[in-house]
Amino acid sequence: MYNFDYLRPASLAEAVEAMKGEDAQAISGGQTLIPTLKARLASPSVLVDLSGLAELKGVSREGDKLAIGAATRHADVAGSEAVRSAIPALAALAGNIGDPAVRNRGTLGGSVANNDPAACYPSAALALGATIHTSAGRAIAADDFFLGMFETALEEGELVTRVDFPIPTAANYQKFEQPASRFALVGVFVARFPGGARVAITGACEGGVSRWDAAEAALSSDFSAGAVTGMAFPADALIGDIHGTPAYRANLIGVLTRRAVQACG
Amino acid sequence: MAKDFGIGASSKRREDKRFLTGTGRYTDDMNKPGQAYVHFLRSDMASGRINGIDIAAAEAAPGVIKVFTSRDFEAVGGVPCGWQVTDRHGEPMKEPKHPVLAEGFVRHVGDPIAAVVAETRAQARDAAELIEVDLEELPAVVNLRAAVSGGTAVHPEAPDNLCYDWDFPAESKDAVDEAIRNAHHVTVLELVNNRLVANPMEPRAAIGEYDAADDQHTLWTTSQNPHVIRLLMGAFVLGIPEHKLRVVAPDVGGGFGSKIYHYAEEAFVTLAAKVLNRPVKWTSDRGEAFMSDAHGRDHVCKVELAMDAEGHFLALRSTTLANMGAYLSTFAPCIPTWLHGTLLAGNYKTPLIFTNVRAVFTNTVPVDAYRGAGRPEATYLIERTVDKAAREMGIDPAELRRRNFITQFPYQTPVAVEYDSGDYNATLDKVLEGSDRAGFEARKAESASRGKLRGYGLAHYIEACGIAPSSLVGALGARAGLYEAATVRVNPTGSISVFTGSHSHGQGHETTFAQVVADMLGVPEDSIDIVHGDTNRVPFGMGTYGSRSLAVGGSAIVKSVDKIVAKAKKIAAHLLEAAESDITFENGQFSVQGTDKSLAWGEVCLAAYVPHKYPIETLEPGLEETSFYDPANFTYPSGAYACEVEVDPETGKVEVLSFTAADDFGNVVNPMIVEGQVHGGLAQGLGQALMEGCVYDENGQLITASFMDYAMPLAKDLPSFTVDNSACTPCTHNPLGVKGCGEAGAIGSPPALVNAVLDALSDYGIAHIDMPLTPSKVWAAIDAARPAAAAE
Amino acid sequence: MPGIKLTVNGKTVEKTVEGRTLLVQLLREELGLTGTHVGCDTSQCGACLVHVNGESVKSCTMLAAAAEGAEITTIEGVSSRDGTLNVVQAAFQEHHGLQCGFCTPGMVMSITDLLRVNASPSETEVREWLEGNICRCTGYHNIVKAALSAAETLRGAQPVAAE
Repeated sequence: MYNFDYLRPASLAEAVEAMKGEDAQAISGGQTLIPTLKARLASPSVLVDLSGLAELKGVSREGDKLAIGAATRHADVAGSEAVRSAIPALAALAGNIGDPAVRNRGTLGGSVANNDPAACYPSAALALGATIHTSAGRAIAADDFFLGMFETALEEGELVTRVDFPIPTAANYQKFEQPASRFALVGVFVARFPGGARVAITGACEGGVSRWDAAEAALSSDFSAGAVTGMAFPADALIGDIHGTPAYRANLIGVLTRRAVQACG
Repeated sequence: MAKDFGIGASSKRREDKRFLTGTGRYTDDMNKPGQAYVHFLRSDMASGRINGIDIAAAEAAPGVIKVFTSRDFEAVGGVPCGWQVTDRHGEPMKEPKHPVLAEGFVRHVGDPIAAVVAETRAQARDAAELIEVDLEELPAVVNLRAAVSGGTAVHPEAPDNLCYDWDFPAESKDAVDEAIRNAHHVTVLELVNNRLVANPMEPRAAIGEYDAADDQHTLWTTSQNPHVIRLLMGAFVLGIPEHKLRVVAPDVGGGFGSKIYHYAEEAFVTLAAKVLNRPVKWTSDRGEAFMSDAHGRDHVCKVELAMDAEGHFLALRSTTLANMGAYLSTFAPCIPTWLHGTLLAGNYKTPLIFTNVRAVFTNTVPVDAYRGAGRPEATYLIERTVDKAAREMGIDPAELRRRNFITQFPYQTPVAVEYDSGDYNATLDKVLEGSDRAGFEARKAESASRGKLRGYGLAHYIEACGIAPSSLVGALGARAGLYEAATVRVNPTGSISVFTGSHSHGQGHETTFAQVVADMLGVPEDSIDIVHGDTNRVPFGMGTYGSRSLAVGGSAIVKSVDKIVAKAKKIAAHLLEAAESDITFENGQFSVQGTDKSLAWGEVCLAAYVPHKYPIETLEPGLEETSFYDPANFTYPSGAYACEVEVDPETGKVEVLSFTAADDFGNVVNPMIVEGQVHGGLAQGLGQALMEGCVYDENGQLITASFMDYAMPLAKDLPSFTVDNSACTPCTHNPLGVKGCGEAGAIGSPPALVNAVLDALSDYGIAHIDMPLTPSKVWAAIDAARPAAAAE
Repeated sequence: MPGIKLTVNGKTVEKTVEGRTLLVQLLREELGLTGTHVGCDTSQCGACLVHVNGESVKSCTMLAAAAEGAEITTIEGVSSRDGTLNVVQAAFQEHHGLQCGFCTPGMVMSITDLLRVNASPSETEVREWLEGNICRCTGYHNIVKAALSAAETLRGAQPVAAE
């Protein structure tokens, strides 16, 4: 790692102030950032640690949505009664990120702000139509937040503070692991709402987490496995690497979408 | 009934306590006063010409003590190769120099160009980024077939990239060709044995120390064989005589072959410690390990098996391209030849066998032995071909094997080696029963009801272990003997220190070797201490690899204990005033036959060191014996493995449902430890078959450079195993009757798994899929076969 | 450089560290607690696993500075001075759940945490839990056995709840 200054702000306001420093970088659980720093792929001058900020932690149910603080750890989301009863698929997703030790450090905010193309959380945020709240007072719809691989609508120094997840009538996440990293080679999050269905794909798309419009349309008129059986995600914008060709990923998207719908019951 | 101590007992491991409490002593756990740290600047190009290196900025960086380049190594030799293969024209193999730091050219990603020694590890790494290397990229040679098809050469000494072109046995070529031409049926299979990275969990590390007053060098290193490192580095690289060079391999966190070899980093820290007159430490990180530890396997083969109408094997012919990487690692040339060609009979009485092996230089990390080393490659090509033959001939795979098994021992194979013992039908019977082969069809139907494809695969293996008779390996090109040494020191009060040239890095020698000695002497195991890993304490040693420690190292201990007992009997005879021939020794008691006169072990030991009443004219005081044991033959462990899998045809994912092993390791000293060795071997073999694979792109960039892309088997990828070693035929030529168990699991399991998957896919008519059988590959094979299956 | 104060194995530790110092470096290099190992760079192998405030954390993927105020327990902290093995350690020895020993401290710490959150894990749950711990020697067979055996021992040691 290159050396950097380390700051542990006492409040969100202090954190926002600290982020104004040149080459400042926020760190939450650090489960992605620290390996990146170890590989010397980033050289921030100052790290602003958000993991101690109580105001960014916790889960609450507010009417038809779940509000989860950005610094809430995967383990806390997975174990939260509120999440398990409102959106069990989200608790299950959080409980299957990385491994137990990673889940004790990694956070929701870190995951959505990083927008790794193979991360799990962005698919949930996108499929559930979540709203991402930021330190700049913005409330950004997930559809507008995830702009591409490792790219989001966050401005320089802007921090994710909370994510609000609308509560669906049913949802399911199917993750097919990359054999080495165990990140999602393909992950499909299907959410059913009274007004229709949303399907988000992670791990597979060149443009990062993406919705599958055709499957959504089919499921919105007939929410059944049959409605998506035989549907194919266009392979032309899919990632190809040693772990899977675009054609393979396209196949997995179809299979996992169908299985997610089946699991929704 | 299970024994509670000595040979045959599952004694709990004494070494566990320090590992379980965090008090193990691995190389990186040690820090020497005044220690500096080295960071190696490594090539990020697969092939390039070094036009210049500017180290000025790095040398001026904070904490930097010195920056080394190849200029600092002009007076020393290259990293040597320990085995000379002679090619089919009688010419010696091509052996280009392997410099400690790159001289003029880099030849693989990871080739060290310069080394920065600084006060802290971070400063060394920071400064390395300030070195400016004018590196001109050259075309890289990566693909094996392309490498031998003309074009770019890795070394000017080998313009066709061939290290050697080897025929074996050369005299069988015509007869094999003719048998294949005239056979009723020939099964043909082209396959790849995938390139692997050993990945012991402890990355390599080394500390060099120098004592100027005594001109004494010490190297602490993560090695499987400290004496071999002393020999190779002292004699061939740095020119340090043995008495001035101590090599210590303390606790070592796994090796699997990758820690056999002498590496450039070891020579570097040893020399740098002298140049700087302070200790120099290097610790690899995992990314560095991927591009600097020797890799394993990497063969491309074509196999032809000729049969008569009843499926009797008539002849086997194989041609192999074996990757050597950019330089020859210590044992690299012998892996695809003498540890591979000599095993091509497998468990079968195939009368005619011929192989051609071409060893190929490429711009990749050197390739050498990895758990099994040549024998997994031989086993895989035989057992895959036999399975394919069974399908083509319409003969049950178990039956086809039985029809061709060697059943008479000793058995002289047509590929030079003579098997001393074995019972291949016995292990097959055990594995068929243990895996409930009879119930498979019902299980398959149950899987089908869930949309899953179930498959059952068998494989047999034979291996040559206990490496090896020195005279034989010398004739085959080894530049060292392959015996083992042991000193047994009986202390005055009867406690015992055993100094062994074998090295334990997970095998539990501290426990099993003590069991052997305890059993022979009838003394408690805890009165025996096993010392290993230090050239200043152990008389000599060739180290631990090739499943040789108990068969060769254990035999050396047995020889020493025999000498101890013989001498102790003389002392006892004197003390008891009896004829030596009347002295018996049993359960730690020396007795005069036919009388009630006896002496305890401790009394005789004390007399040896307090020789007041002692046959001093004919016998020296003291009780310590050293032996060197050079085996008469290899040992030949064998076994039968069965694997049952379920394939998800929609995703291609393979789940290993069960794995059953029936091994013949000869006599077993500690069943618990032997079973553990099999478990570990199985996991590595199943890893190779299912998920592991080292991948370079066409430019020689290492794609699988971390655990993010190189898949390591996790607990959730594997089932619990069923292992059995009761089908035992003792080795006939070593005193313990033992054969070796370390590599078996890794040798026999890959073909068993692949055979099982192809059985599951039999309705699709898929003849072969190359390892690793990742979901994407299996799905692609199914996808490509679907139209054909649908059309039927 | 940040000054930090934390508790390691019950003892208060005050140190000045660079921002980039990892928790594992603090433990191994500053405090001499070399039972915690480093086996990868990518937070996958778990050889560095310790407990932070009672929970599993990979000490190679946490900054030392972030451990301010935390209670850290390493393998040395769960081992008694006289070398007596605790229930989990004893189960590893009894069932031969270790070979080279390098991944072992992380495995012991991980299984200890598992048994804290799940007193009666199934074999599948043990295998899933160990997703972040790589062993190259044992094939996991005997580690799983040791974990299940330790769970049974610990359950037996619990006083039976009154009816």
